[in-house]
Amino acid sequence: MGLKQNLHNLKEKYKGTKMAPAFNAIHTFLYLPNEVTHGGTHIKAADDLKRTMNTVIMSLIPVLIFGMFNAGYQHFSAIERAQGITTEFSLFGSFLTWDNLWIGIIKVLPLVVVSYAVGLLVEFIFAVIKGHEVEEGYLVTGMLVPLIVPIDTPLWMLSVAVVFGVVIGKEVFGGTGMNILNPALTIRAFLFFAYPTWMSGDKVWVYDAVERTGTADAISGETILGTYAQNSESIYSTWDKFMGFIPGSIGETSTLLILLGAAFLIFTKIGSWRIIVSTFIGAAAMGLIFNGIVNADIITESSKFYGLMSAPFWEHLIIGGLAFGAVYMATDPVTASQTNKGKWIYGFLIGFISIMIRVFNPAYPEGVFLAILLMNVFAPTIDHYVVQGNVKKRLKRAKVKTA
Amino acid sequence: MGILSKKDAGLIKDPLFDNNPITIQVLGICSALAITAELKASIVMSISVIFVLGLGNVVISLMRNIIPSKIRIIVQLIVVATLVIIVDLVLKAFAYELSKTLSVFVGLIITNCIIMGRFEAFALGNGPWKSFLDGIGNALGYGLILVIVGFFRELLGSGTLLGFKVLGDPIEKTGLYSIGYENNGFMLLSPMALIVVGIIIWVQRSKNKTLIEEA
Repeated sequence: MGLKQNLHNLKEKYKGTKMAPAFNAIHTFLYLPNEVTHGGTHIKAADDLKRTMNTVIMSLIPVLIFGMFNAGYQHFSAIERAQGITTEFSLFGSFLTWDNLWIGIIKVLPLVVVSYAVGLLVEFIFAVIKGHEVEEGYLVTGMLVPLIVPIDTPLWMLSVAVVFGVVIGKEVFGGTGMNILNPALTIRAFLFFAYPTWMSGDKVWVYDAVERTGTADAISGETILGTYAQNSESIYSTWDKFMGFIPGSIGETSTLLILLGAAFLIFTKIGSWRIIVSTFIGAAAMGLIFNGIVNADIITESSKFYGLMSAPFWEHLIIGGLAFGAVYMATDPVTASQTNKGKWIYGFLIGFISIMIRVFNPAYPEGVFLAILLMNVFAPTIDHYVVQGNVKKRLKRAKVKTA
Repeated sequence: MGILSKKDAGLIKDPLFDNNPITIQVLGICSALAITAELKASIVMSISVIFVLGLGNVVISLMRNIIPSKIRIIVQLIVVATLVIIVDLVLKAFAYELSKTLSVFVGLIITNCIIMGRFEAFALGNGPWKSFLDGIGNALGYGLILVIVGFFRELLGSGTLLGFKVLGDPIEKTGLYSIGYENNGFMLLSPMALIVVGIIIWVQRSKNKTLIEEA
């Protein structure tokens, strides 16, 4: 008798007790359960919720590993900058090194572990109290959360935010599949509004920068958006921005790897290409409008919006969290629009509003998470009008035929 | 309760819990969101509403037989407005700083749905003593929620209670702050008051299932 049979026997034994959902969650995580559906013919498909979630997680692994290396790279290059040393960048010489990875291991992995431990604990508690099964929804959220926070986020803050996000963002609506807002972004929004000093500025993006403030070893690293918001030139090349060797939230920097992840999601048909493409189109459209305003000399260099408005529209697509938001957040099937036409509108507006908030938000030059949360709220409305429009069109056609 | 009959006691007790104006009837939300960032403001607001609603109910109840029903809303407004102006002037005279915190919301007690609601639903049809109890009960129910929300928002948002630094000093890093704790700025924003009220509603309805409405 293998482990699977043992687990199954145990499951039969404890059926109906309070801890059953918690046990079942562990059981089904490891094995396919022995139960089969009764009566009738069912469509057989292998892409259940768990496989969907695991696919998304797989597409996030490269981003996570890159983020771990980048954490160390930003730390050491900030120290070198502070000491006035400039070293030539080389992929294996200065980026993929053990020292960099070590910083990633001691700073990024704890965020991942805490995010999963706290989130799953809340899920288990709710499953036991409410007597339903533990759902896999948190598997992806738990991976997304550490990727969208600054590296120096204190662990207790993350825990508080995760509890808030899972309870208020998801469980009050009835758990996985019922939520209006994306839980990962709810967590991010909570952190942003609750502890703004830890979520913005030029210190939080580089490991150890907060600790060293005011000492002789002080270092800093501003995000590119932060630099532009102050109307200064960025020190990073376009290539760096695209590859992701820049300061930022842990997982958001590398546009290249995010696009690879997007290709994987589209290939496996987990992520909607319509949403991803239309988000980029929307962002480019807003960027072009701003570029046009600058070219028409309506906004001059003295304006505080000049730095962000004059950035070429394509640059907006590769800096900040736009790519990450478009690929991993906006495509969340629960909170996005369901209809195909609705997906185009939904994605376009996310991109459009993201860049608008990015330029006009004085306190924090990034708006992707706010734009996605806003559109999450509007997604059902968009779907409603798309469906109604379709109904009207068909009614009209039917009338013409009968008449 | 010796002084009150069982029915009269119910007039006070019901609005506190099972028929709470905020959590069950969902009235008076605006002020509950706006002024509960500090416990002190919540308490003063509660006392003001207790005064206005208790006295207003009695006045309306005394006049209930002589008010022509066509202009009753105007008469009610005049009564509330008079009482609110008294409260406003007293606050300005004796607690000027606090009246600045409460700002327009003292004046807006006039439009607080709970007050007009009780006048219409209770005082117009009952005697002065009962109306007084009903007014006090509803205002207490309103105040109870305000104080709970104000307590959590001030404690978690500013780390103080009634202005006392109960969690330590955030600038000198004493108490909880010495181990890295920080105030939650979200608590001071109005949306968080809505969420706190929502959590109270959630807890209350999961304790007493009869309160859950049919979907």
